[in-house]
Amino acid sequence: MATEVHTHGLGEAYKRKEDARFIRGQGNYVDDVQLPGMLYGDIVRSPYAHALIKSVDTSEALKVPGVLAVITGKDLDAAGLAWMPTLSADTEAVLALDRVHYQMQEVAFVVATSRYAAADGVAAVDVEYEPLPVVVDPKKALEPDAPLLRPDKKDKQPTNQIYHWETGERAATDAAFAEAEANGVVVSQEMYIPRIHPAPIETCGCVADFHKATGKLTVWMTSQAPHAHRTLFAIVAGLPEHRIRIISPDVGGGFGNKVPIYPGYVCAVVASITTGKPVKWIEDRTENLCSTGFARDYHIKAEIAADKEGTVNALRVYTLADHGAFDAAAQPTKFPAGLFHICTGSYDFKHAFVEVDAVHTNKAPGGIAYRCSFRVTEASYMIERAMDTLARQVGKDPAQLRLQNFIKPEAFPYRSALNWTYDSGNYETALKLAMKNVDYEGLRREQAEKRARGELMGIGISSFTEIVGAGPGKHFDIAGIQMFDSCEIRVHPTGKILARIGVQTQGQGHETTFAQIIAAELGMSPDDVDVEHGDTDTAPYGLGTYASRSTPVAGAATAVAARKVRDKAKKIAAYLLEVGEEDLEWEPGRFYVKGTPAKGKTIQELAFAAYTNCPPYLEPGLEAVDYYDPPNLTYPFGSYICVVDIDRGTGLVHIRRFMAVDDCGTIINPMVVEGQIHGGLTQGLAPALYEELSYDEDGNVLGSNFQDYLIPTAMETPHWETDKTVTPSPHHPIGAKGVGESPTVGAPQAIVNAVVDALAHVGVRHIDIPITPWKVWSILKEKGLAAD
Amino acid sequence: MSTHHITVTINGTTYEGDVEARTLLVHWIRDTLHLTGTHIGCDTTSCGACTILVDGKATKSCTMFAVQADGRQLMTVEGLEQDGTLHPLQEGFHQEHALQCGYCTPGMMMSGLALLQRNPNPTEQEIRVGISGNLCRCTGYVNIVKAIHYAAEKMQAAEQVPVSAGEGGE
Repeated sequence: MATEVHTHGLGEAYKRKEDARFIRGQGNYVDDVQLPGMLYGDIVRSPYAHALIKSVDTSEALKVPGVLAVITGKDLDAAGLAWMPTLSADTEAVLALDRVHYQMQEVAFVVATSRYAAADGVAAVDVEYEPLPVVVDPKKALEPDAPLLRPDKKDKQPTNQIYHWETGERAATDAAFAEAEANGVVVSQEMYIPRIHPAPIETCGCVADFHKATGKLTVWMTSQAPHAHRTLFAIVAGLPEHRIRIISPDVGGGFGNKVPIYPGYVCAVVASITTGKPVKWIEDRTENLCSTGFARDYHIKAEIAADKEGTVNALRVYTLADHGAFDAAAQPTKFPAGLFHICTGSYDFKHAFVEVDAVHTNKAPGGIAYRCSFRVTEASYMIERAMDTLARQVGKDPAQLRLQNFIKPEAFPYRSALNWTYDSGNYETALKLAMKNVDYEGLRREQAEKRARGELMGIGISSFTEIVGAGPGKHFDIAGIQMFDSCEIRVHPTGKILARIGVQTQGQGHETTFAQIIAAELGMSPDDVDVEHGDTDTAPYGLGTYASRSTPVAGAATAVAARKVRDKAKKIAAYLLEVGEEDLEWEPGRFYVKGTPAKGKTIQELAFAAYTNCPPYLEPGLEAVDYYDPPNLTYPFGSYICVVDIDRGTGLVHIRRFMAVDDCGTIINPMVVEGQIHGGLTQGLAPALYEELSYDEDGNVLGSNFQDYLIPTAMETPHWETDKTVTPSPHHPIGAKGVGESPTVGAPQAIVNAVVDALAHVGVRHIDIPITPWKVWSILKEKGLAAD
Repeated sequence: MSTHHITVTINGTTYEGDVEARTLLVHWIRDTLHLTGTHIGCDTTSCGACTILVDGKATKSCTMFAVQADGRQLMTVEGLEQDGTLHPLQEGFHQEHALQCGYCTPGMMMSGLALLQRNPNPTEQEIRVGISGNLCRCTGYVNIVKAIHYAAEKMQAAEQVPVSAGEGGE
């Protein structure tokens, strides 16, 4: 045997490379960037949710010491930049011209020598508004006498309705429901998934630096998709793309919030071009919560047709989607409701039909995926809630009903009624493992005993299916750009590697896990592989990190690029060892001659030879690049079980246990995967019990800071328990599926199902999230269960 | 706007400067002194990303004026590592995977340090209370709790070494 090569390859809990700078306070986030002569921008925002702008007077602001310029909508309009395209074929005001459409909309941009002077300038800008009627309820927005909220596009859209979209077979589904009404069971469940906000602890911001002499624009920017943003800047601003450099440095959490382009970025770029100086713009928390991409805001009616035993046949869903003032939903062009039509979930529905109506209201634009893949959270929540309602209706345990209806392991690849091809899955095994881990039968016995004593305990299940890793490029795009991704590997002469990827990390640990992929493919230590990302001047083009697409797409590109390196190394090995390529065997880190293991060359020796003794018939050097267009999405899944106790005096829900069994296919780094699951579960807990971005009837945002928009602290967050099954993706080069968002997708409904389960015996079938103590206490009071 | 001359010791180094009365301590530390390890996340004393020690007490530096720090001893994340040796908290956060994006990490470690200085052997619940003024969006806190446990054990072990070796005392 050849020498054993130590590799930190797939499946090892390799400690993160990126930690070294973060634990020393040496990260480089956007607000850490300081350039000589840098100016600061701050934004004048509307206090009204809907108003006409009668005038914008900047004269007093320009007298404020340190204020150099105030850019208004009219100034931008003169340059053709007052409006910018959204990610959903709408246009959005960069700075409002004659009308504001939501509270905190951008009206003017003040440029000054310091943050404080800029804030002084903002306070001195005098804007005269004429308030207009406000619409915050999407149902009211559709009424015939509702004020038209977007008169700027009345020619192509005469009402507040943005689109009607439907998919599936209406006639076959309706027929299945008619049959179930005659001979089976039909359940119907209405639910509202409220507007929430990803709220990464770092807000959005940028430093724009335009050099007049060279014409080069560099923008350090909180961007989850730097290449796509570069292209959009080029298209919108008419700047030559090769002279735009977007650097997404260390990013303090994204969760979808940093996918869109916001007016502040555009204003900072305009200000830098205008002043010839670098301009920094950093949001405060209130600006972040009130004006940047929100998530969810879906009003859903779900209906299931089943037989009397609860075996499902058809699913019918109607959704009213509140998109706010501009349709800025970050969705692929083909799918205006994203991947919402994954909503048949883990169950073998024969028929399904889904309709979505999207409307404008006087709320902030957005519709991004808060740690989820294009509306899969809404889909999963809906079906897991509806399945529990069905279980109650047919008198079956929710676990039994799920086991009865799961897509069977042998049915994969599985074609769903709504036309998705699930790559692989084994739902029954995951649920049974979760049930075993919590002693499900024991919990049910305990619940019965407690109920007899008047104590309220509930057990909730969520057996979710995810759909992540967009492309394929022919179906998925951002603003027309196909959703492939990329990796470039450069093996240096001494065998050390610099790799660059088209995605970028906001905490997911790419610098570690992508090094592990390469290390495993080439049989070396991840210590010898550095991974760079986020700089469009150096990284290969990619579509960015969101929708759990890094590992499924760029991870695949990385494995394929490493295999290209290995293929070339093999040719060099054949030359050096004077044998044919077919006579060589690979073991981690080394090619050797079949039958003569001692005769071989390590990958490091082959790298050196690539630069010093390259075969004359090959190009010198050892580098490879791969642009990977995935053949399909990946379908991670899992089963979660949540156990809650409810305080009858206060209505407080206490999560006693939460068991998460996840299956993300091949695991690259179990430590990182577990960390992703912990974080995702916490962002599933958050909307279930705490987070809501609500508005009053005048359009005032009621969750405009972290004292009103409640993010779980260590006190509210339970000790998460995790376990796994491993069902590799058959089409991914290393079988990985992605995991970052599964727990956020799967967790809320496990918690809601547990709370409803605790109250099911008194007829409770649904409680809308967030399930606050007030909501629970009100139910306890109504049902005569509240303790004095 | 009145300006004030202040002298502040941070991580053992004395800094002097003139500040406007309204200058927030966190802005002075970050923008003027370029100690950018201390972060800003909310502006309302809610998230704790800006947590530093002021005379040994965990303090949110976004809700304190620079002028209020005059004459006081401050410690920021940059002061944790000593002579090239990581502080047990830094080591614990790395070993236990207690950070992801890293943005809350400095504030979280400073709150952890304040906790361990007043309670060297905290329970899980005491740790959760100790960091309840710090928000993390990435980790779900489980590993942060473990990291602070790790540091507590390591710091206690380190304290016992000189005693057992007969080198105790000040």
